[in-house]
Amino acid sequence: MKPRNWGFWAGAAGALALAALAVATVRNEYYFFAAYVVIQFVVLATAWNILGGYAGYVNFGASAFFGVGAYIAVMLIKATGVPLAVQIAGAAAVGGALGFGVGLITLRLRGIFFSIATVAITIILETTVINWRYVGGATGIQILRPPVMEPFDSYTKMLFIAVVLLAIVAVAIARYIETSWLGRGLRAIRDNEEAAECAGVPTLKLKLMACTVSGALMSAAGAPLAMYQSFVEPASAFNLTYSVSALAMPIIGGTSHWIGPVIGAILLGTVQQVVTVTISSELNVLVVGVLLVLFVVAAPEGIVGLARRFAARFRKRES
Amino acid sequence: MFSLELLRDAIVFGLLVGCFYAAVSIGLSVAFGLLDVPHIAHPAFLVLGSYCTYLLNGYGLDPIIAGIVLMPAFLLLGMAVYRFYYETFERRGTEAGLRGLAFFFGVVFIIEVGLVLLFGVDQRLVEADYIGKSLTIGDMRLPLRLLVACAVALVLTIGLSLYLSKTFTGRAIKAVAQDEPALRLMGANPVRIKQWAFGIATAVTALAGALLIIVGPVEPTTDRVYIGRTFCVVVLAGLGSMSGTLVAGLILGISESIVLTLLGASGRRRSPSACCSSCWAYGRKACSGASSLSGFRPDKLLN
Repeated sequence: MKPRNWGFWAGAAGALALAALAVATVRNEYYFFAAYVVIQFVVLATAWNILGGYAGYVNFGASAFFGVGAYIAVMLIKATGVPLAVQIAGAAAVGGALGFGVGLITLRLRGIFFSIATVAITIILETTVINWRYVGGATGIQILRPPVMEPFDSYTKMLFIAVVLLAIVAVAIARYIETSWLGRGLRAIRDNEEAAECAGVPTLKLKLMACTVSGALMSAAGAPLAMYQSFVEPASAFNLTYSVSALAMPIIGGTSHWIGPVIGAILLGTVQQVVTVTISSELNVLVVGVLLVLFVVAAPEGIVGLARRFAARFRKRES
Repeated sequence: MFSLELLRDAIVFGLLVGCFYAAVSIGLSVAFGLLDVPHIAHPAFLVLGSYCTYLLNGYGLDPIIAGIVLMPAFLLLGMAVYRFYYETFERRGTEAGLRGLAFFFGVVFIIEVGLVLLFGVDQRLVEADYIGKSLTIGDMRLPLRLLVACAVALVLTIGLSLYLSKTFTGRAIKAVAQDEPALRLMGANPVRIKQWAFGIATAVTALAGALLIIVGPVEPTTDRVYIGRTFCVVVLAGLGSMSGTLVAGLILGISESIVLTLLGASGRRRSPSACCSSCWAYGRKACSGASSLSGFRPDKLLN
């Protein structure tokens, strides 16, 4: 393996080891509840960034994909009772198909139409689920958790490890996309789509690929929600707050590098959890909105951009 | 099973509601259709207008008068917002377009949560003489509040349409939408004109917000439902066409009303989104079909 690859995988193994240590030592279940949400947002933000940050196509429909993931998991549990891994895989498959479909319809047009179409998709899907009695309709559906596997002593801890694994997979995929020919093409599209077309970049194909992967990962993030909450209802699964968080976290962290969404998600997710518990849950949405506007106006390249500028200034002062 | 009277009632109801949808979307038609600002926060301003109307109604002001009183304040607000948007985003090129979208999305949530913190999540209503009564024509009963909203909506749409085509500033607004560098060569300042146009769009939204709270109760998350509807009307109308907005509003109102009658209330929200999604799927064809009434610009869709 190349040296930088080795560094990444060492870091990932370290994160997993840390998570395992926490599972073995920490007794208070609440930390795992809160940490699950934060890591889930890492997956959501990383997935959003694949299309939104790398290609520049803002996806307002993260809630749609997330809700689809949750409801596919519900359907699989009700129909066959398959284990969590299969639920996640199934949700990812459907999410990818949805991303491909939406992309096929709207990615030929300008970016703003893609964005509005994703908002429309959220409403359509939510209404479809509300009218569908099999998955619970408007009243929601209760899921019974199966008995927990060895060596975990509680279902929450198992879900936490599952989502950490999912986050590592998502970040690895995002990193691979960023450093490969796909990422170069997406960057060209983001900078100037017309020029990229003229230079021979297959823009529609690349955008469709990015949209499919992004959709698949966002739905995979939503799949464990069914087990995590053990009650799923359309109004909260398709809540627009997931969209704004999935948008704000990469922008705050930095959209050009794969570490940006991770930083943004951990930072903003932790702030959200703290504010929800200490002040009010409505205020946490205000915090997201204000931080988003602040960063978009003042620091558009996010924390990664600020760090780069700081490092450049530091290097200049040294030389 | 399916009576003609039901269909007739649905169509009449759809016409009334359609005019209302047109009024609600006409501000966006100017902001997004003509000025190309990705104004996702338009429904949020609408709900803000509704709440301001509710406040003024608490002092005894008739809601429509309250809406008219709010127009100058919202004009200034719109001008300020556009100035800020221009200085921060539009000036810095197309890459900033993505951030402009994110900015407006953030503004949506700030307004929404601000309203929740100030007013709570309860639904708010206004009181007026014409709310609660209905007009009986033959065996049809038309709610008076919808008739009032429809009438004001028509006046608003026709007024704005005349303003854009007959007055000097209106024509300048149309010109800046068509070719900004050419307008600069003519000696007009495109930024000032766009600022004024966005201000007018927001002022019209204030009155539309008053209509919104007349037609039904409003709560802070009402804007989420209207994002789909307003953009659907604006895109179906053909970007920048005022008369097209009226036609598109009517199409949306009637189709929604028929779906409501046939499928019941829970299926209703799906129809506008499905309508606009299928519109985008067929791109120019649907839009140019619906709005061959006024100049439609295909290149704006595919830029």
